[in-house]
This record gives sequence, C-alpha cells and structure tokens, in this order.
Amino acid sequence: MADQLAIGSRRGLKPALPLLLPAYLWLTVAIFLPLSAMVFFSFMTDLPLAGKEWSFTLGNYAVFFSQSLYSTLLFASLRLGLEVTLWCIVIGYPAAYVLAKVLKGRSREAIFLLVILPFWSNGLVRIFSWAMVLREGGILDTALNAVLPFKINIDLMYSYPAVIIGLVHSYVPYMVLTCYLTLQAIDDSLIEAGRSLGASRRQVLWRVIIPLSMPGLIAGAALIFVPVVGSFMEPRILGGRTGTFYGTVIEDQFVAVFNWPLGAALSFILLAVVLIILALAAPVLRRAG
Amino acid sequence: MRMPRLTAFLTATAVFVSAFTFAAQAAEEVHVLNWKGYGADEPWAVADFEKATGFKVVNDFFNSEQEMLTKIRTNPGLYDVVMINAAFNDQAMAGKLIQPIDVSKLSNYADIAKDKAGSPMLNHDGKVYGVPWVWGLTALAINEKSFDKPPASIAEMWDPAHKGRVIIRDDAVEAVQFGAIASGQNINDIKDMDAVKAKLTSLMPQIKTFWSSENDWNQMVASNQIDIGTYWSGSADRAKTHFKLPVSLVIPQEGAVAWLDAFSIPVGSKNVAGAEAFINYMIDPKFYVEWVTKVGAPVSANTKAVDALPEDSFNRKVMGSPDVAKRIQFQAPITDEQREKYLALWQELKVNVK
Repeated sequence: MADQLAIGSRRGLKPALPLLLPAYLWLTVAIFLPLSAMVFFSFMTDLPLAGKEWSFTLGNYAVFFSQSLYSTLLFASLRLGLEVTLWCIVIGYPAAYVLAKVLKGRSREAIFLLVILPFWSNGLVRIFSWAMVLREGGILDTALNAVLPFKINIDLMYSYPAVIIGLVHSYVPYMVLTCYLTLQAIDDSLIEAGRSLGASRRQVLWRVIIPLSMPGLIAGAALIFVPVVGSFMEPRILGGRTGTFYGTVIEDQFVAVFNWPLGAALSFILLAVVLIILALAAPVLRRAG
Repeated sequence: MRMPRLTAFLTATAVFVSAFTFAAQAAEEVHVLNWKGYGADEPWAVADFEKATGFKVVNDFFNSEQEMLTKIRTNPGLYDVVMINAAFNDQAMAGKLIQPIDVSKLSNYADIAKDKAGSPMLNHDGKVYGVPWVWGLTALAINEKSFDKPPASIAEMWDPAHKGRVIIRDDAVEAVQFGAIASGQNINDIKDMDAVKAKLTSLMPQIKTFWSSENDWNQMVASNQIDIGTYWSGSADRAKTHFKLPVSLVIPQEGAVAWLDAFSIPVGSKNVAGAEAFINYMIDPKFYVEWVTKVGAPVSANTKAVDALPEDSFNRKVMGSPDVAKRIQFQAPITDEQREKYLALWQELKVNVK
C-alpha cells in the first residue's frame, strides 16, 4: 500500500489524466450540469420559458416548511425506506450466507443466477406482474383458493404491503450481492477457530460472521435506502389510494403541474435529509464496520 | 488559433447536417400530440389520411393536460397538431404556445356547430386558436355486473355497498369539480369549498385506486375490481363498443362536467399545411362515423357528422337530448391560483388517507 502511494505521488496526476478524463467528462456532462441546472431552478419563481417573468426566491424551500403536508410525506417515505431495507436484510442476508458458505460449484451458479435474474427484466414489467399476482382474483388469490380447503380472500393490491412487496422484490438483489462479497471473503478458518474454542453456532454468527460482513450489510442498506425514499413508480402503481409518497409528489410537480422549481426544491430537501441521515449514521456505522 | 477554427468547422457541419435532416422531415411528417387511443392514432384513420394527402403521421401522447403543456413548452417546433381541451386553450395562447389557425383552409370548419366554433375559449381577438373537434362528459360509468339497473344519483358513489370498489381520476381539477356537482354547486364558480372538501373526504375511504388513463379503468372492470367511478363519455362508449366490456355511462340527475376538445397548431410548427389537412380530416363526417362505429367516440362538434350517425345512437339520442343539455355544465378556463388551490386540497385529501 505504501509503495503504491509513493509511486502515485511521484508520477503525479498528469499521466493519470487520460485515464480519468472520459469518466469525469461523462460525469460532468451527464450529472453535474443537469444537477446544477436543477439547483438553479429550485431558486426561481418560474421557468424562463416563453418569455415568462422570473426572479430568484427562497419561496420554493419555504413551501416545504409552511405546509405540514410535505414533512408528513417525507416522514412516510423515510419509514418506507427503513422498512424495505429491513426486509431486504431479513430476506437477502441468509440467502447471501448460503450462497457464500454452503453452496459450491454448479448449484451456487444456478442460485446466483436466480438472484440476479430480476435485474435483467424491466422494472415496470416487474411491477405490473406484481399487480397481476396481488389483486383480488389474481394469481395468488386463485392459487391459494385452489389448494386450501377453506375460502380466503387475498387482495393485497393497492395497499401499503403491496408497495413494500414490490420494492423489496426490486431491491433485494443489491443486498444479496453486497453481503455475498463480504461473506465470501471471510476466512473459513476463523469460523472453525471459533467453533473449536467452544462458541455455539449462534455465538459464531453474532461474534464472527456478522461483524466481519458488516461492510457489505451497510453498503447494501445504503444502496437500497436512498432510492427507496425517493421512489415513485412502485407506490403509484401498487399503492392505489395509499400510494402518495414524497417521490410521487415530486413527480407530480414535474409531470402534472409543471412546477419545476418546487419539484427541484423538494428534491434537494430530500437529498439534504438523506445526506444528514447518512452523516449521523456514519460514526455508528464506522465503528460497526 | 487552431481550436476555435476546428470548433467552428464542427459547429458548421453539425448545423448543416441537422438543417438537412430537419428539412427532410418537415416536408412530409405531421407530428400529432393527443391522448393515447383517442381517434388521431387509429391505424385505419392514419392509413386513410396518409393515402389521401401523402403526409406521414407521427403520434405522440400525454397523460394529463399539464403534461401536454409541458411537452409543447419543452419541445418547441416538434409538434404540428396538438389536441387541447378548450379550458386550457387560454393558457396555451397566453404562453405563446399555439398560433392562430387560417380556418378558410379547412373545408369542414363551416359545418361546426356555431356555439362550439364561436366559443370565447377558442377565439381571441377575432382569431381562431382552436378548431372544435368533439365534446363529451365527465360523468359516471358503472360495471354492469354490479348493478341490476343503472343508478340515477351521484350519491351511489358514497353507498357503503361499494366500499373499496369506487374509482376516480387522479386529477385535482376533475376531483374538485366532481365534488362541486355532488354538493350542488356551479363547477365554474365554487362558492363553498368546505362542502366540496367534506364531500371528497367522505368519498376517500370508498376508493380502490385512482385512474390516469383509459387503460387503467378498463382493466379494473375487466378484472371485476370496481363497481362505479368517474369516466369520460367517449371512453365509456369505447370500452363497450371496442373492448366489449360491461360498461355503461350514467349521467346523474345532479349533473355532469362537460368539456370541449379542440385541435390547435403550436407556434413553430414546421408543417402548417399538413396540420391543417390533418385537422380537417379529423372533423370530417366520414372519419367520425367510422370512429364511432369501429371504436366508440365522444360527440363530434361537426353537426353534419353527428347527423350522419344512426338516429338511435347514444351520441345522437342521449347526448343530443335537451334533458341532458340542461343538466350538464361546460368547463370554463381555470386560473393558476385556482389550480394551485385545487391541487393543494387534492394532495391534502390524498395524504390524509394514509
């Protein structure tokens, strides 16, 4: 590591420039410029289209604080993000453990393929297929009633659980992949050492495996939490009348009422809140990791 | 000095290339912006129009009037024909998004009902900014499987028997105007906003979900998940005629919201002649009769087109009856302040449902 650093500093940034340039050029054009335009919009009274009058204002940010509506929704979205992340851990971590430590060879490849399969299909298609499964008289309802001796009525569609199910399904592969990578890197001899020194299976799990795989868990949780808080497609399609979240309100500002300045301001408030949460969690997470 | 010259050369090349491609496109394409599945994109109509005129039709769609305005604002020069609800014509004209139309080029314009053609919503300073196409209602539609006989009153939406089986459109203005009708008010001059709010608040627990496109509504009926909901008259007709769904339109005794859809030509259109030809084709009786028979449609603004329908057809008999005319209220333009007020109310209702 020290040698590498020495080489890096001796040769300087110049030779590395051709290698960095494509990536940074792309980031500048594709992310930095539109994002700065959005920051600019968020301080404007109106879009400068078709000769409309506009001026700078803080009003768009004030709207968030003047109406309880937005903070209520933001809170609901944060809760949604936490719940989805939690379910992804509950479902994804054991799967990652089995993939990394139990299965070998062909069977591992096959199971791995099943985990990343959802990535290969379009997100909208996945959500609409859930709509077919979850609704009353849908696939789940019909299948269960065909098997069970008594009549049950399953109509999860257009409800909060439907949103959770859809989102967990979309995001669980991230958790499996990040946890798999850290779990696989754990030396088996550490686990064996723990066992031979008298630790129970449970103790090995809590004292050895989970602490060592914490970086993967944290990376997975951050990868899932951030996009879920801002999600709008899944709540809109699966949530029905309960599907109004912070993300859907931002989408409305852009698509439905053409209030880009307010939409941009709401987006940046979300960004700030997410950054604050990650910053507050950082010391705890660093210690854990 | 090398760089600027190179840049200039590259820019010049780019300008030339784009100019050529634009010129090549503009010559024969007519870009149309409309709701999906709303007449202008019928394959038989497009083929017929293309054969008759040699223009090529390129369709693009929107899911709400605001999305439509956003699309014309952010893509100046892309569209040649845009379908605008008359209540939004004012806003589009004030935003310099649409241009005056030379109606002398439209041979079918003379047959348009005088009250529609002369509507102050479409005419500004003696110039025509919108050619009336069809009009219809935002009324109720029912799933025929759930009713022995069609209900007469709007109150049916609040009947506990339909709890969780009611659907309304996710649109602030439509929801508020519907609440106004339910509370016995004039949709264009809502005096008692609290009554509207109370009505809608008590409706929320009845609702299954919100619809935004015809397809949503039709799927809900096809899978027998709803009993009743707000719907557009043309869409209900289409659901029955074209998709063979058990849907029928109900014009409640309390009244219904009427709207007028019109075609406009955006500022910067590259093919005004093609746009005029397309609009003229759209208001032609031949197209209209075929549209009603094959697919189902709202009521044409062209009197000759409506007269060409069979005498007992819904669009002629029911929609044309004086009794219905008395009950319906035509939507007037809405100011930005009103729209924002309606949206705030609608968002509040949706959030409180949680």
